[in-house]
Amino acid sequence: MKPPPFGYARPETLDEVLGLLSEYNGAARVLAGGQSLIPLLNFRLARPEVLVDIAMVEELRRLTVENGTLRIGAAVTQHSVERSEAAARACPLLARALPFVGHLQNRTRGTVVGSIAHADPAAELPAAAVALDAELAARSVRGERIIAAGEFFLGPFTTALEPDEILVEARFPVDDAPASVVEAAPRSGDFAVAGAAGRLRTRPDGTVAEAALALFGVGGAPQRLTEVEERLTGQEATPGLLDEAAELTVGAARADNEDVHADAAYRARVSGVLVRRALEEMAS
Amino acid sequence: MRPAPRPVDRMTASMTVNGGPVEREVECRRLLADFLREDLGLTGVHLGCEQGVCGACTVLVDGRPVRSCIMLAAQADGCEVVTVEGVTPDSGLNPMQQAFKDHHGLQCGFCTPGFLMTLAGVEPDEHPDREAIREVLSGNLCRCTGYEGIVEAVEAAWGREGRGG
Repeated sequence: MKPPPFGYARPETLDEVLGLLSEYNGAARVLAGGQSLIPLLNFRLARPEVLVDIAMVEELRRLTVENGTLRIGAAVTQHSVERSEAAARACPLLARALPFVGHLQNRTRGTVVGSIAHADPAAELPAAAVALDAELAARSVRGERIIAAGEFFLGPFTTALEPDEILVEARFPVDDAPASVVEAAPRSGDFAVAGAAGRLRTRPDGTVAEAALALFGVGGAPQRLTEVEERLTGQEATPGLLDEAAELTVGAARADNEDVHADAAYRARVSGVLVRRALEEMAS
Repeated sequence: MRPAPRPVDRMTASMTVNGGPVEREVECRRLLADFLREDLGLTGVHLGCEQGVCGACTVLVDGRPVRSCIMLAAQADGCEVVTVEGVTPDSGLNPMQQAFKDHHGLQCGFCTPGFLMTLAGVEPDEHPDREAIREVLSGNLCRCTGYEGIVEAVEAAWGREGRGG
């Protein structure tokens, strides 16, 4: 239960970080808050040659809301986003997701971007990024590229990042639509058996102008429920429509997670219940 | 572009611990919890799960509660660290400790330093009711008390009217 030996570097500029990631090409891991990585080291499930600690890189510590985008740098803790009123106003969905992430003692160290890059299938923030159509900025010595959140998560703990890349920033379009995050978990703060994150904008006449929904904990990666979103859009959010959305969710859910807590069929069924609960909350 | 710092497996960690300066050479893989316990003798830091779940190792880093079993001593370099020893008066108990004693907020006591340090790092005003107290304590596990005594202790220490007085 102690980490294996590794080399530790704490650069002060992003260029230095990129240089190290390029040099060790896959043998180095980025250390941000360490709330997922250090348990993996303790269990010796990960044995990186080098850890590149980004805590001292000033340019990764920025949290801004500008020109309709909430930008969160890779070294910004979940706790500081949770405490930012500007961030909560910009993205209510993110504000609702954050309290579910681990416990207070994890969020004081853990970072938003680190959670996204770690891509735990049961994590809330990757699903929030997908439901918010976030853009993820990846950097390497080769330059910067922007990856849509919807294309970032490839499977459990697997992302579109190349071995020499670091996720430097998550960019969330400002969206003040009513939002909801609901989950089924054995205990408060535990990883969810299944969860749903969404936002729903309704017109004054009660019809749905825009819906975005994503599941987490159900399959290997967050799943956007486009079929359900299409069914909702333009319709009046009646109880009957929400029932239909729940049923569609059960059919659409790519439930391939199975563990001691729940089998795939349960996860699919509970997804429908959770989506209905989220929609009900957002439509009221 | 200047060359990046070379990865090292040992380093000198400098930090403030319980108000005093500390400078020690550490292995970079040294966990903060082990550094505090083994190198500094601060055995009030308890290690339960060593995977960031039970909360027994909670300490304050720069004023915020963190799990010291999933943080490296190297990461605390330059930080201010407070353990349960740092919030305990030279004689007697602090008000929260006294409330735990008065309200049966502990039995075996293994988890207690973690609870106390979580509480030392939060603002009472931000946790206005019983539900909020339970939420803020949800990252600390206690296998003896069933939590009722702990919640009552917090209510008492924070000057609230508790259920059990």
